[in-house]
Amino acid sequence: MALKTFIEAIRDGLREEMTRDENVIILGEDVGKKGGVFLVTDGLWDEFGDDRVIDTPLTESQIIGTSIGAAIGGLRPVAEIQFADFIHPAFNQLVSEAARLRYRSNNGYSAPMVVRAPYGGGVHGALYHSQSVEAFYTHVPGLKVVIPSTPSDAKGLLRSCIRDDDPVLFFEHKKMYRSVRGNVPDGEYTVPLGKAQVTHPGTQVTVIAYGLMAHYALEAADRVADDGISVEVVDLRTLRPLDKETVLDSVRKTGKCLVVYEDNRFGGYGAEVAAIVAEEAFDYLDGPVTRIAGPDVPGVPYNHVLEDWFMVNPEKIADGIRKLAAY
Amino acid sequence: MAVTEPSAKAKSGADSDASPAALGADLGLSGDELLEMYRLVALARAVDERMWILNRAGRIPFVISGQGHEGAQVGITWALEKGKDWIAPFYRSIATCLTFGMSPRDIMTAQYATASDPSSGGRQMPGHYGSHEHNLVSVSSPVATQLLHAVGLALAAKIRKTGQVALTIMGEGSSNQGDVHEGLNFAAIHKLPFIFIVENNGYAISVPLARQVAGESVANRAEGYGIPGVTVDGSDVLACYAAARDAVARARAGDGPTLIEAKVTRLTGHSSDDQQTKYRSEEELTSEKSLDPVPKFRQQLVDAGVLTPDAEERIDAAIKESVHDATEYAEAQPDPHPSTAMKWVYAEDWPSETPPPWGLGEATGDPAGAAEAAEAIDESAH
Ligand SMILES: Cc1ncc(C[n+]2csc(CCOP(=O)(O)OP(=O)(O)O)c2C)c(N)n1
Ligand SMILES: [Mg+2]
Repeated sequence: MALKTFIEAIRDGLREEMTRDENVIILGEDVGKKGGVFLVTDGLWDEFGDDRVIDTPLTESQIIGTSIGAAIGGLRPVAEIQFADFIHPAFNQLVSEAARLRYRSNNGYSAPMVVRAPYGGGVHGALYHSQSVEAFYTHVPGLKVVIPSTPSDAKGLLRSCIRDDDPVLFFEHKKMYRSVRGNVPDGEYTVPLGKAQVTHPGTQVTVIAYGLMAHYALEAADRVADDGISVEVVDLRTLRPLDKETVLDSVRKTGKCLVVYEDNRFGGYGAEVAAIVAEEAFDYLDGPVTRIAGPDVPGVPYNHVLEDWFMVNPEKIADGIRKLAAY
Repeated sequence: MAVTEPSAKAKSGADSDASPAALGADLGLSGDELLEMYRLVALARAVDERMWILNRAGRIPFVISGQGHEGAQVGITWALEKGKDWIAPFYRSIATCLTFGMSPRDIMTAQYATASDPSSGGRQMPGHYGSHEHNLVSVSSPVATQLLHAVGLALAAKIRKTGQVALTIMGEGSSNQGDVHEGLNFAAIHKLPFIFIVENNGYAISVPLARQVAGESVANRAEGYGIPGVTVDGSDVLACYAAARDAVARARAGDGPTLIEAKVTRLTGHSSDDQQTKYRSEEELTSEKSLDPVPKFRQQLVDAGVLTPDAEERIDAAIKESVHDATEYAEAQPDPHPSTAMKWVYAEDWPSETPPPWGLGEATGDPAGAAEAAEAIDESAH
């Protein structure tokens, strides 16, 4: 075990996978000498050279489209999109191409690749450096979507993503890069895709979250413990494929479900989780499936007062838990 | 593709000494190779014509045609090494796919969308060919996306030092897409073994070249990327071969990408759903017939003494037989079963990907919708 920041764990995961398999390459904007704008890939260019760590032009569709072709050609590309906000020019390549390649060729082709992107607000990034974009991609069969919340999960899940035979989007909350630390196991461990984790056992209310919100959910659980409310927190880790069993098992036990996400509320990923719980655990529910999510404005505003208003935080979650517990 | 299939060689063996120092010799093409190229051009045309007949007979709902493009396709594909190099084709690439190893049966099962269709198992519309066995990347519908896949294949070839070349093809209208700019720029920066073919038929559905391409030359745009841009007469099979051969040599030598614009003609409507007399004049349609590569290549080979009456008779008979066989075969192939429809979303079956409440039972069919569609198609095929 070693204590690592979130960003160190991701970097270690990349380095170790590149060492293990020479077909793993990194490509993206400023990922080379500079090591990425957040320094996730710091040092990897020195270690692996020009062919394995490629500074691309400022062309997101190219980064993803070229990764698809490179994957067909036997490489295992790990593409970095500098900010999740700027992944939209590559939407067509992800949705029409990467996601559909296996299905449309009846398993003749596949695109084993990882797309990493920092997402999320609370860092004074305003409208175009704060977005949560997971819902666009969890909607698409053929793509897998992973959002880790701990250094240990980040490293183990990233390994699984790189070894996976399908395209995976791996979103990293940028506020967590240096603020989150945790113990990371030694050796070549992996964390399987499609498995959620109960990070705080409880009996009265299930809170389902991922990414930064998984941390805030834990803080909220501590706050309401003082009010005598016992909360079970489920950290989804993989959004698609969703670990329905862990979610439903928890809700069937507690009878109450609060889904938390940072993205805009309307049509967000948590809406799907809420629908599944309502459909498949209805008989066990002792209250409405509720959501705490970002307000429906087109982006996170810059001014700190406005940004604080936008962001879901532990107190807003705790409020939601108290209301649901009292229902 | 320096190597001709043994069967084709055997078939045309008697003619191998028919043209001592003539046609193709400067390009290093033997008489046997010329005959095989001719067979492929004529085969692609015959398969294509059969598709239209089947469409009008109500057997297949949709045709998208390569007629007029076959000469460029065979000439260019011939310069690649089959089973080694990569092609990311487009929907008119019937002759390309046949030249790179797909069979008339493979093409025809795609028209019928049978379970055995090797391109997609009946999942895609006709024209969306692909074959991993033959290094032909699966075609999708959004135009120009495939350019980046070919660039990625070229990147992989360079990094893995495989010696492969990756080539992609699209129309001139599609070449305006942003992915083309992003991909050419990247391929040129990294001097990738990549070839970009534009089959310029003067139209993107109904919109003519002048309204699609400023300056009316795609090849000229190559200059901006610092790569060669070549314009070639797409009805001249050997000129197309020569241009592609040079591009392949450059690519293999590490000298980077080449853009080749082949001027072709579209002899049919955009598809079976299009009526091109609405936007193309009778005179234009008549005069463009002179750009048909099939009679042109045939005459060239006859004049050179390569295509003898005997050889032509043999080739024609073999093509007839193979088109007939492909049609009969595809007609008899079963539809895919709904129980397979959730397969291959991912490599594994994921329990959380929920099947629909109506399950994965028998096909229900849609006779009403099918009839409507057939009517619309009849209309456009007038
Ligand atoms: C992104 C996208 N936009 C529109 C279409 C519809 N569409 C299909 S083919 C075509 C015209 C393409 O023209 P061109 O590239 O010149 O090729 P051609 O069909 O003439 O061979 C259009 C508009 C599409 N398939 N994809
Ligand atoms: Mg065109």
